[in-house]
Amino acid sequence: MNFNIVISTGSSTPIYKQITDQVKRAVVSGQLTVADPLPSVRALAESLVLNPNTVARAYADLAREGIIETRPGRGVFIIHKRKVFAREEGWRRLEPLLEALLGEAMALDFTPEELKAALDQKLSEWQPPAGDKSKESQ
Amino acid sequence: MKHELVIQTRGLTRYYGARAVVQDLHLEVPRGSVFAFLGRNGSGKTTTIRMLLGLVSPTRGGGSLLGCDIRALTPAIRARVGYLTEEHQLYGWMKVREMGAFQAPFYPRWQEKIFQGVIGHFGLKPEAKVKELSRGQRAGLSLALTLAPDPELLILDDPALGLDPVARRSLVESMIYLTRRADRTIFFSSHNLADVERVADHMAVLDFSVLRACCPLETFRSSVQEVQLRFAGPPPALPAIPGLLQAFRTERELRVTCIHYNGETERALRQLSPLSLEILPMGLEDAFISYLGERGEKSFILADAEVAS
Repeated sequence: MNFNIVISTGSSTPIYKQITDQVKRAVVSGQLTVADPLPSVRALAESLVLNPNTVARAYADLAREGIIETRPGRGVFIIHKRKVFAREEGWRRLEPLLEALLGEAMALDFTPEELKAALDQKLSEWQPPAGDKSKESQ
Repeated sequence: MKHELVIQTRGLTRYYGARAVVQDLHLEVPRGSVFAFLGRNGSGKTTTIRMLLGLVSPTRGGGSLLGCDIRALTPAIRARVGYLTEEHQLYGWMKVREMGAFQAPFYPRWQEKIFQGVIGHFGLKPEAKVKELSRGQRAGLSLALTLAPDPELLILDDPALGLDPVARRSLVESMIYLTRRADRTIFFSSHNLADVERVADHMAVLDFSVLRACCPLETFRSSVQEVQLRFAGPPPALPAIPGLLQAFRTERELRVTCIHYNGETERALRQLSPLSLEILPMGLEDAFISYLGERGEKSFILADAEVAS
């Protein structure tokens, strides 16, 4: 597994969110899969040169969202199980992003058809193809 | 334990002649925090630190350090505090190893392992002459001498000043290493917000002798927000917006930076009937600059301050 988190300071994205975003992206793309281990809070904090509280906050968020689980004495693992309210919460978070996308597209004079086509194109690139995992590890 | 304060000041004030250098400071530093003390040059940070250590006496007000009145610090309390100044007293004719051996007997809790660890981390050779060290290496040696007594509270006055990026990273790594002990507190002043973002979890902002924020880092960051408003034509004049810090206008756009953005702020902005209203995330450095560069009314951010929802 060659999953690496890269942090940039001075970004408009807080560091804890950079960590959660990258773990989520790795899970979605299949780079991380269920039962894969993550470094401990302390180990990740020292390797990324971060305050451990920042890493702990990122892990707490990931745990709350059902993406990782800390097993005392054994470590941190990817679980990626869905919570009951995950959908509802998901919509709540997606809504403002959709608003922003539409606003931007309108300001740039895109037609709804063009926007739909672009979204379809992105989706087809984004979907991890089945069996991709074996390729990933080669 | 969680809310124990290792530094607490009440109305701490210092005048030099008729000029207030530090004015009515209410500072609270929780145990176990990595606390960044920020402010522009000449805002009163060093004077505050020197008052905390009993090196300058307050004109008014007071405070406590590890529970002890700062006007009556005992040697026992001082022994539990590590203080790194800009110019640490180093003897040029000594070797690195000798500096350590010279200091060790003064400190009952001196840990040679820490001393060796830090000088190793900064790439210092024990047999090197102090006067031949580079600026970064001198800083490393000073830090080693400050950390080896295993202080409960570490006070660093602008430790990154004049350090190259490699030495600065070693410094930040040493600070993070120190947080292995959850009961250790680091209070440091700095101008480098990238380092602050990495290492600190709490911060205070001093501005023209007055404390303007004292809160967790994330609270500060989320309290300052930039809002982008788009219009069909030239943006209208800006009405009174609560918490307004800065406003920039371009041909069809208005960018407003505010503090404590909330429903009331949004209503006021919506009254301008913009085509779109979007909240843009802000980096720590931009938030800091907007906050200190403000032209409107002065504000204050506290731990329990209202945060945009």
